[in-house]
Amino acid sequence: MRTRLMAAAMVAAGALTLAACSSDDDPGDGGTGDGGGGGGDTIRIGIKFDQPGLGFKDGDTYTGFDVDVAKYVAGELGYTEDQIEFVESPSAQRETMLQNGQVDLIFATYSITDERKEVVSFAGPYFVAGQDLLVAADDTTITGPEDLEGKNLCSVTGSTSAQRIKDEYAAGTNLLEQPGYSECVTALTAGTVDAVTTDDIILAGLASIPANEGKVKVVGNPFSEENYGVGMPKDSDRCQAVTDAITKMLGDGAWQKALDDNVGASGYVPNADLNPPEPAACE
Amino acid sequence: MDDFGSLFDEFDVLGAFWVNIQLTFWAAIFAMVLGTLLAVMRISPVPSLRWAGTTYVTLLRNTPLTVIIVFCVLGLWGQLGITLSSDFQRNFFWLSVLGLTVYHAAFVCEALRSGVNTVPVGQAEAARAIGLDFGASARLVILPQAFRGAVAPLGNVLIALTKNSTVAAAGSVAETSGLMREMIEFRPDVIVAIFLIFAIGFVILVVPMGLATTSLSRRWSVAR
Repeated sequence: MRTRLMAAAMVAAGALTLAACSSDDDPGDGGTGDGGGGGGDTIRIGIKFDQPGLGFKDGDTYTGFDVDVAKYVAGELGYTEDQIEFVESPSAQRETMLQNGQVDLIFATYSITDERKEVVSFAGPYFVAGQDLLVAADDTTITGPEDLEGKNLCSVTGSTSAQRIKDEYAAGTNLLEQPGYSECVTALTAGTVDAVTTDDIILAGLASIPANEGKVKVVGNPFSEENYGVGMPKDSDRCQAVTDAITKMLGDGAWQKALDDNVGASGYVPNADLNPPEPAACE
Repeated sequence: MDDFGSLFDEFDVLGAFWVNIQLTFWAAIFAMVLGTLLAVMRISPVPSLRWAGTTYVTLLRNTPLTVIIVFCVLGLWGQLGITLSSDFQRNFFWLSVLGLTVYHAAFVCEALRSGVNTVPVGQAEAARAIGLDFGASARLVILPQAFRGAVAPLGNVLIALTKNSTVAAAGSVAETSGLMREMIEFRPDVIVAIFLIFAIGFVILVVPMGLATTSLSRRWSVAR
């Protein structure tokens, strides 16, 4: 019984591995990323559907900063807006979706890390976010992570954010982990938690939605550095073209406009020491 | 194999499974008690009790477990301020046990009713004939036979409960599915190894339950 189950598990694992390998040889939809070869094809771009201000699906329109950057970059690669197919890419599935070719590029608050670089490639960063806190609009007692000692803090299950606060700033923080940030904001407006933590631009997006306007605010004291990159399959030949597009966007004012349009309403100002960022060279 | 070793060093996998076992243990006990009570209500001669039992089962059995657990945390604790423990994290554990209990009690109730259906009507009639009231005939005649006939479906409920205990992640309990998400976040390079750890872990937990309930259901079944 046990051996047969193990065999089945191994076959399943083998199939997964094979699927991952074969997609390495497959150049996706044939797009070469030469800047003008879009004609007729579509490009599949992974974004978040549930992060207002960054990547948000409202009916059949997509809004947010990540979406605007994605549209700009796709435009530079030679794709019109009609040729972009937005696909939802939840955090835990991003590497897999790139590996097996379900998406060509990912713009989804995707931090560039060494572990992720083992399996996918990145262009950028196109934005440098920092971990920050969202608190009630009239709360003046919390100005940074050190003030959270003994307070209740909400974050998303399995995220790095809350653990960092416990490890490095306030070990006595009470932690509520929820499936999504909207649940955290619900708990914050109900008064059962004192703060919500994640990257500042995500918090600014949450603070910008009409239902929360005036009730919550971003503290504005970021205490980490998250380099948001454009994810693509490992050793993709699109990397240089995407980097050039980001560099162009940073230079011609479109980047600043996208930022103001999407998260400006919350009064959020990104960390000026690190933004606008300098995209790294493709390896 | 190195992947597996480093994952066990880096993350407290066994600790996470232990939390699931604890959730399952307490919820199984409470769900058994509540489910038995509900089953008695549903077979009782009192219409209002039958109605209450049926309403409970219809409502809880058809509500997604995630909704129930999220309600326990955001509704009971978040809005109404109900706490089940003075310790902040422990509170979420007991709220999740509560959510798992009320949900699975509906299934325990239905499993027991299927057991009651294995008891011939003549048994209940005989119990009445020797002068037992409903409470006594349920306690002495019907339920003991019903439990023996319901071992296999109750085992299925227990297996479902074991796996469903992972939903407690939605209630801020640090258990396996939350840890799995964390591991995927930090170690996307070894997703297959992570998946196998948890899949095999649950197989190891659940297979003995299936074997045990199958053999018990054979041994305890009432020969008719």
